[in-house]
Amino acid sequence: MAEVSKTKENAPGKQDSALVVAAAPHLPSRALSTRRMMLDVLIAAVPLFIAAGVVFRWYALKQIGICVVSCLAAELIFTALRARRATVGDLSAVVTGMILAMSLPWSAPWYVGMIGSFVAIGIGKAVFGGIGQNMFNPAMVGRAFVMIAFPAALGAAGYVQPGHPIEVLTQATPLTALKESISAGTAQTGADWSMLWPLFIGYTNGSLGETSALAALAGGLYLCIRRTASWEIPLSMIAGAAVVGGIVNAFNPASSWTVLHHLLGGALLFGAFFIATDPVSSPLTPRGKWIFGAGIGVLVMLMRNLSGYPEGVMFSVLLMNAAVPLINRSTIPRPVGGPVPEKTAA
Amino acid sequence: MRSIKTRIRLIGGTFARGVHPADSKQLSGQARIEILPTPPQLLLPVIQHLGSPAEPVVKPKEQVSQGQLVAKPASFVSAGVHSPVSGIAGMLTVTTLPNGRHMKAVPVAAEGDQPLAGQALWDDVYGGDWPTGNLQQYAPGRIVQSVRDAGIVGMGGAAFPTHVKLARNEKRPIQTLLINGCECEPYLTADYWLMLQGPCAIVSGALLAQRACGAERVIIAIEDNKPSAIDSMRTAARGTGIDIAVVRTKYPQGGERQLTIAVLGKEVPTGGLPLDVGAVVLNVATSAAVARAVIRGKPLTHRIITISGAGIKNPKNLLVPIGASYSDLIAYAGGLTDDAVRVISGGPMMGFAISDLGTPITKGTSGITVLTEQDVRQAGETPCVRCGRCVDVCPLGLVPTKMALAARHKDWELARRYQLQACCECGCCGYICPARIPLVQLIRMGKVQMTRE
Repeated sequence: MAEVSKTKENAPGKQDSALVVAAAPHLPSRALSTRRMMLDVLIAAVPLFIAAGVVFRWYALKQIGICVVSCLAAELIFTALRARRATVGDLSAVVTGMILAMSLPWSAPWYVGMIGSFVAIGIGKAVFGGIGQNMFNPAMVGRAFVMIAFPAALGAAGYVQPGHPIEVLTQATPLTALKESISAGTAQTGADWSMLWPLFIGYTNGSLGETSALAALAGGLYLCIRRTASWEIPLSMIAGAAVVGGIVNAFNPASSWTVLHHLLGGALLFGAFFIATDPVSSPLTPRGKWIFGAGIGVLVMLMRNLSGYPEGVMFSVLLMNAAVPLINRSTIPRPVGGPVPEKTAA
Repeated sequence: MRSIKTRIRLIGGTFARGVHPADSKQLSGQARIEILPTPPQLLLPVIQHLGSPAEPVVKPKEQVSQGQLVAKPASFVSAGVHSPVSGIAGMLTVTTLPNGRHMKAVPVAAEGDQPLAGQALWDDVYGGDWPTGNLQQYAPGRIVQSVRDAGIVGMGGAAFPTHVKLARNEKRPIQTLLINGCECEPYLTADYWLMLQGPCAIVSGALLAQRACGAERVIIAIEDNKPSAIDSMRTAARGTGIDIAVVRTKYPQGGERQLTIAVLGKEVPTGGLPLDVGAVVLNVATSAAVARAVIRGKPLTHRIITISGAGIKNPKNLLVPIGASYSDLIAYAGGLTDDAVRVISGGPMMGFAISDLGTPITKGTSGITVLTEQDVRQAGETPCVRCGRCVDVCPLGLVPTKMALAARHKDWELARRYQLQACCECGCCGYICPARIPLVQLIRMGKVQMTRE
């Protein structure tokens, strides 16, 4: 038979030990890995780091540092407890820590970040079975826990420290100020356009990541272009919020906050691009993502306007996370050519 | 008079989703077809098609002539096998095909001067004149019989007996005959070069197939990454009434379900055939084989195969006899490189990896892709993070992650809900998955286990 030029012997009919058999497809796309997706989120968060650093100075560093280190420690401990190989290399714990830190006030004591991190990783992720199995956004689970466990630290008053050398830290967050002025009846009539610029650029009080709309947009656009975040979710969330905001505005035209204020203020944009887009806790199909995002947007605005809380992103995300299995089930796409006919569907 | 909608589809039609792997066709894209010297030994499997295996009709040590029937079709959905060489038949043996199936095979040892070899072989198979007019002399029934007698099966890979496809059925009339010149798999350039060097045979075969099945219209579909082939076919089809559809290059455009959407705007029903939307799809090589069978009375004995990839020293397009072994072609193409690790029957997206290089070429083998360690190297599997990319690329609109994980955990209820049996195993999901989950492998396993449960 014909000769094959290879260093190893290769008479046809015999197994060639150098050839490896595997299932198709034999070409992997090199564009992405889970680790690269997490890295993208961290890169996209750089504008947020800068904005937080400018406004909150070293408090930003402190919170981010504590949360990231705690999340990494928690991940190591919990994977060891579950007798699994350490998965810290995939950077998901770092991302969880970063998002948790960004959602905390500058003034939160060190133990708030640490406990929040352990809850985020332990209850938000490990208990479900590790990465890819969790139903809720882990960072939001951690934040929900500390919000209820340390109400003073995370309540409206926690953001304000009168007499602090950094001026913004002596003011209430814009959303809190709005809520208080409405309930006190001292709200300005007519839209407060002077508020828009600070909301956009970020020179206001608030949690570390929510202040700068510009930074969130910049990072968010990067994520959408890289396709690490599904663009359907931020778009539908902003649209959902805008619709409800528009309705509220229509009923209350004299409000000092228009729809635009609401879109730029609070954690809406940060939540839209960084929190809601967590792939594990969001739906699989495009149609499901529209529903999910719209639901969060609507809930955020309802909470801001109708509930006692000034901000509602965290709860809205958690509520819609709970609905994701149902959303997935209801949005199973119709296959091209229709469903498998009964007789062949074994 | 063609409508605007039809015109639009003839230029730039496409289907939703899909992937864009590097097409890597430059490796063999400049290689004119060469004729493989007749190998001394051929192995002819009795089943190279969908349907029942053919039954051997020659005895060991019997003399066979080039083109002689060595195994006859066993039923209507079956195809005969003919010897590509003159020589002596050997003892019936068993061989394993790339898809893992074991079947009987008739060995034939070439002996003496071959009536058709070298340039004469090329001229007989694809060269010379091919009539495009005056085809009324060939009655539809006679065309179908010639196709059956020639043992022609789909040469795009599925290998369905062509005479069954072309048989007229009054209850299901055919409006369109689609000739598939897309060749969407990376590395493969066999159909491309056939369109460059043998366009008239394709056109002639298409017209004959049209007469047989009674289609009102013939459209040849070619991806837009093959401009020379498009020109070549346009020239050959001039005056025949055949349309050329230029479709957007995307994997898996060559799949018949995607082709009917791109060119006709029609969805083939799941579990059904293009026949259900009034279409018949034929590969360009099959079409040329039809021409040879009807006009020259010759059976399907040879085909063009691309042997390419970084793991082969000299990528080539070769005219080879059915039954030549992979090692015959590999040797002619310079041999494997030192870092070759995977020899694939077909292209890298859907092809089967083989370990035995003595495996014979069959009628449906479109290429041999040899990949190196660097080509196939990939990170280990990590958990699914539900990124949804598999959903974004699945051409059939399925949810691969759910189907695959349902199959892995044997949750057949879930698999059924996500339409597992509808998967065509094109490989788009497995290609794109960032977590390197073997989606296609799991789905394929699930399809089998689900029917047994």
